[in-house]
This record gives sequence, C-alpha cells and structure tokens, in this order.
Amino acid sequence: MKVTTPAFKEKATEAMRDPILQKALGNVERGFVAKRKKGAASLPEFEELRDAARDLKIHVLKHLDLYLEAYERKVIASGGKVHWAESAEDARRIVTDICKRLGAKTVTKGKSMITEEIALNDHLEAEGIRPVETDLGEYIIQLRGEHPSHIIAPAVHLTKEQVASDFRRVHDHLAPDRDLTEPTTLLSEARTVLRREFQVADVGITGANFLIAETGTSVIVTNEGNGDLTQTLPKAHVVLASIEKIVPTLEDVDTLMRVLARSATGQEMSVYTTFSTGPRRSDDPDGPGEYHVVLLDNGRSSMLGTEFEDMLRCIRCGACMNHCPVYQQIGGHAYGWVYPGPMGSVLTPTLVGIEKTGHLPNASTLCGRCESVCPMRIPLPRMMRAWRAREWEKALNPGTQRFGLKLWAFLAKRPALYRLAARAGRWGLGWLAGGRGRIARLPLGGGWTRHRDMPAPQGATFMDRWAAGERPSRPTPSQTEAQS
Amino acid sequence: MTGRDTILSKIRRANASRQDDSGRRATVAERLAAHPTGIVPGRAKLEGEERVALFTEKAESVFASVVRVASDAEVPKAVADYLRSKNLPQAVRRGEDPRLAALPFDSEPQLTVAVGPSDGTDLVGLSHALAGIAETGTVALASGRDNPTTLNFLPEHHLVVVRCDEMVGDYESVWARVRSIWGEGRMPRALNMITGPSRSGDIEQTMLLGAHGPRSLHLIVVG
Ligand code: SF4
Repeated sequence: MKVTTPAFKEKATEAMRDPILQKALGNVERGFVAKRKKGAASLPEFEELRDAARDLKIHVLKHLDLYLEAYERKVIASGGKVHWAESAEDARRIVTDICKRLGAKTVTKGKSMITEEIALNDHLEAEGIRPVETDLGEYIIQLRGEHPSHIIAPAVHLTKEQVASDFRRVHDHLAPDRDLTEPTTLLSEARTVLRREFQVADVGITGANFLIAETGTSVIVTNEGNGDLTQTLPKAHVVLASIEKIVPTLEDVDTLMRVLARSATGQEMSVYTTFSTGPRRSDDPDGPGEYHVVLLDNGRSSMLGTEFEDMLRCIRCGACMNHCPVYQQIGGHAYGWVYPGPMGSVLTPTLVGIEKTGHLPNASTLCGRCESVCPMRIPLPRMMRAWRAREWEKALNPGTQRFGLKLWAFLAKRPALYRLAARAGRWGLGWLAGGRGRIARLPLGGGWTRHRDMPAPQGATFMDRWAAGERPSRPTPSQTEAQS
Repeated sequence: MTGRDTILSKIRRANASRQDDSGRRATVAERLAAHPTGIVPGRAKLEGEERVALFTEKAESVFASVVRVASDAEVPKAVADYLRSKNLPQAVRRGEDPRLAALPFDSEPQLTVAVGPSDGTDLVGLSHALAGIAETGTVALASGRDNPTTLNFLPEHHLVVVRCDEMVGDYESVWARVRSIWGEGRMPRALNMITGPSRSGDIEQTMLLGAHGPRSLHLIVVG
C-alpha cells in the first residue's frame, strides 16, 4: 500500500471538515469505548490477566527463534507447509505461486491486516486472480476501492447510507429500486452475494491471531464466520501471519483470548475462535486439501533488542485507537498507511521508515489513554517519544522547530540570560496583546493563533515573582470541599 | 541463505546476547512439555448445577437459545420442537457421530435426518459438542466424519447437543480432553469454539445477527 503519511496534516484537516466522516466517527467513541469498559468489568481477573498476557509475550520474544522452529516442525508433522518471507515481495510471490499452481481464478479472503501490509490484492489482480474480501467491512471497502480505516472495524468511517449506495451500484443484478434502508437488509444481501463466492473460490487466504508452537496450529478469531468458510471450502488454505504471532501452548492462547475480545469489542468471547492444524485428513469429509503458512518478517526481527521491541507484543485489538482523542477526530485514513492510531504511530515508522512518517509520533499529546487500555500494556507514549528523539538525531524535523528548540536550550543553560529573555518575552507579548489580554496573531506561532487566541501573560515572570517572595496560597479545607 | 535462515539468525542474534542458548532451549522445551496453566477466572471453577447455570446464562447473553432435556431419548423431540417453533421443515443434517446415530429419531416420524457434510443447501445442521464451556457459554466442536465442519457454518440454523457430564468450566479443561483423545501436542484438523450465532458490527457499529455463519444457534443440554 502506498504511504501517504507525508500529507498527514492536510488529510487530518480534511477529515475534521468532513461532516459524514465526523458522524461515522461518533460511533467509535460512543460504541467501542463503552463496550470495552463493560468487557473489562465483566471479569474481576482482567487486570491480572493483562499482566500475564504482557509477561507471556515478553517470554515469547526472548525465545522467538526457538518457538518458530518448534512451530514449523509441528506444521510439517500435521501435513502442512511453512514458507518464510523476509519481505512483502517474498510473501506476495509465495502466495501467487501457490494460487497459480492450483490454477486459481477466485481467491476468498478472511480479514487480514498483513495482506494489506503487503498489498496482496493489487498483486493478485495484476496476475489475473480475483481476490474477494469476505468480512463485511472489508467487502464494503473493496467495493469502494478504499483501504480499511481501523484494524478491526475496517468500514467504521462509513455510514449505512454510503454502504447502501455502493451495494446498489455494484449488485446490479438486483432490482435497482429495492429498499436498503435497514442495515439487516444490507447484511443479508452481502451474505447471499458472498455465499456464491465461497462456493467457487479455489484458494482461501486468512490471517492468524495466534500460531501455536506446541501443536502447529493457526488460530483465527471472527464474529461473522467468513474466515471459517474462507478456509474450509476451497482446495487450499493459505495462512498469512507475521512472525511475532507465535504463542507457546494452548493454555497460553487462553490467556490472550481472555483479554482480546474484551479489549476489542467488549465481547467476553468472539463468536468463532477456530484452531486449524494441517490440511484435510483421511477421515475428514471436508476441509482444505492443502494447508500453507506464510511467515512474514518484513522488518519485525530488526525491532528485537531495540526500544521498539515492546510493540511486537501487540495483538491488534484496536483499543488504543478507539480511545485515542486524535483518532476519534480524524479517523484512520489520515495516518496514511495500513496501521492507524497509536499503534500505527509507533509501528508505521518502524516498517516504512521515519523519514516519510515523522508526522505520526508527533500527532499526539502523549495523554496516555492508549497505554492505559492496551491489554498487552505496551508503552505506546514512550515509544512515540523515542521516535521523536530519533527524528531529532536524524535532523528530520523542520528547521524552525530545530532552531526554536536549540535557542531554548542555549538560554536554559544560561540562567541570567534566560531571566532577561523571559522578561523581554513577557513585555513583548503584553505589547502584542495591546491591553486586550489576548493575542490574535503571534509571529512564529501561527499554528496556535490560527484556531484560538493566545492569552497574554499576566503580571511579572514566574522567576521575578518567586524572587519577590510570592508563594502559591494553599486552599483552606473548606475551599477544597467546596470544589469537590 | 534462505529466507528461513536469514530470519532465524536475525532473531537469534538479537536474543543470544540476553541468555545463553542452551538455557533458552531448555526453557522452551520445558514450557512446551509442561504447558502450564495461567490465570483461570474464578467463575470457571463452579461445578455441577452452578456450572450448567453459568453456561446457560452466558450462552443466552450472546443470543444462543438453550433447552435442557433429561436424557438422550428426549433429544429428537427437542429438535422437532425447535423446527416447529421456527416454522422450518422437519429436516436436519448430521455427521456420523455414534451418539447422534443412537438417538431414537423414529419417535419423530416426520423428521428426516440426512447424514454427511453440508454442500450449503441444508437449512439446519445438528452437531454433537466435544464440550460446553461455562466460562463464556461456548461450545467446542471437533472436525471429522462425526461432526463435519461444514455443518457448523453453512446451514442457517445450527443445533448442538451438549452433555452435562461433558460440560467444563474453563478452556483449559478442553485442552486436557483434546490431549487425552488426540495425544500430546496434537489437535483435530479444526477445533471450533463457538459462542452464539454469527454476527457483524461492521455497519455503523450496530450488532446484527446472521452474518456468514448460522443466524441462530440452539443448544440442547442433555442430563
Ligand atoms: S497496541 Fe495494544 S491496544 Fe493497540 S492494538 Fe495493539 S494490543 Fe491493542
């Protein structure tokens, strides 16, 4: 997928001015946040489980090479095949080769962010193979030629009216004047159309939420059942998963299952959690004839041992973006690549380079809501700060910003000069305010004053007031009570 | 070097500095063999009738319907009753599970029972669960001739028989059973954990039942 992050600011501004998008985004704040709260409250052991989930993934990452080898042995023992892909290009080639060997014309797909990451659909189409997204949200996105705007709710940026008009445009074998006002009608229509695709597909591609080293099993978690039809009916099931999806044992999956759905949608358990091990067996009346796993690295192994290693604990629940005040305002597309929200602001620079994506770690107030809800306790704000530091080291941030920070550092190291400059600044700002107490336009501060006035400083500088013996007055007990 | 070697050696380089390799190997081998149990929620430790009650409550809370019968002999009537209540034809499809085959279906003369995997034309599938899991009102089903996977997903209505004596509290107990049937480190080709009928929230975050899988899930608890 093309990286459009350099245009982040323009896209974010556009998004905030788009009334339809703003209406749709209201659903994130109202829906997901309340649901996660309920999900977390449904289990007294939830916080303890988050600790256990974090520790589990820390353990996995320290032993990742060994668990991958153990996993591979088990997949082979159950009759499956493991392919290793260093890059997106490798993964695309491996998948296309499997499809071509089987003479595939139609490929059904379960929801998978990894296939977005490697831009698989475009590649398959270029090879004359028709990819069909089967998750309802992904299907809608595909019809519109868009990309998902959320990792678990790809079409969260759309309203039902938009979906209805897309269905009317694309499902042209149906009566054009049919009633599509109810979301249930839209769902039934998609179900009928996609049933036919499931039946004709030659290959089914899914992602994996977990890969189990103990048994060589891949696990998918869905609510619709599309992933299961995708992987059960065709000749071959191809699992595309990144290397950090490994979990040691079945019991370890239990720990992650207990936090995943609760954090994502507030459900106690998703509807379908499917454990797949190898292809159809001799006594099996159904199931895929071939079972392939493509293990994708694409930059992840380089994160190990760095300050970004913790990001590899992510289980893609989406809680961080649901709770992010920036995501809630601008939606996912402005982020300009596959992964939006706080997890994207950390991961995208790692996978596509900070050079193009410096806006992302900067578009945050570091308020910390993401970390407070992350089931894997990933220190997202710390890593965004780490990216800012790297950007500084590489001299990637704009000249004015660097000049400003350097000037500040120069003064901060010289207290007498600093005090003098602060006094001058106070005087200058007072002069700009011209007695109104507010500054409507500030040189070099246009980013602030374009949207709001800057308050003019009141009285002398802090240092002068402190030196003069002024101290904050402590509230009396009765005042505190009155405030609370 | 192949992609495999490159990836593994990169990971190894990052990890080798933290701990010596033989120590890491021993840790991994031990964890895989011992598969230690993590934190099991208190509610999953309920037993007997309390466990069945929790299973029912949790399953109903995700819009599965649950009916309890005293014995196998009553299952065919429970199936027929369900079909009548939904105005469905008296026809179901099941796998070769001997426990389903042994049910006295002749007590419902109008009911036709087809056997084998579904090709997508059946309205109603009937399966036998490997276990019911009280913790979240989930049923676990194993693939194979006895209970083909297609029956879990293609029909509009899915009926699942769950025995009280195969009801467990937590997911961990399912793994104990899987290991006792298929052996250590082995799994059936597909193990489906199903919690309620299929649904989607992809249009405006409104939850709608009946996405690609069954529109309704009906659990027949026996015992
Ligand atoms: S970073 Fe945490 S909250 Fe965000 S998607 Fe990953 S696991 Fe979920």
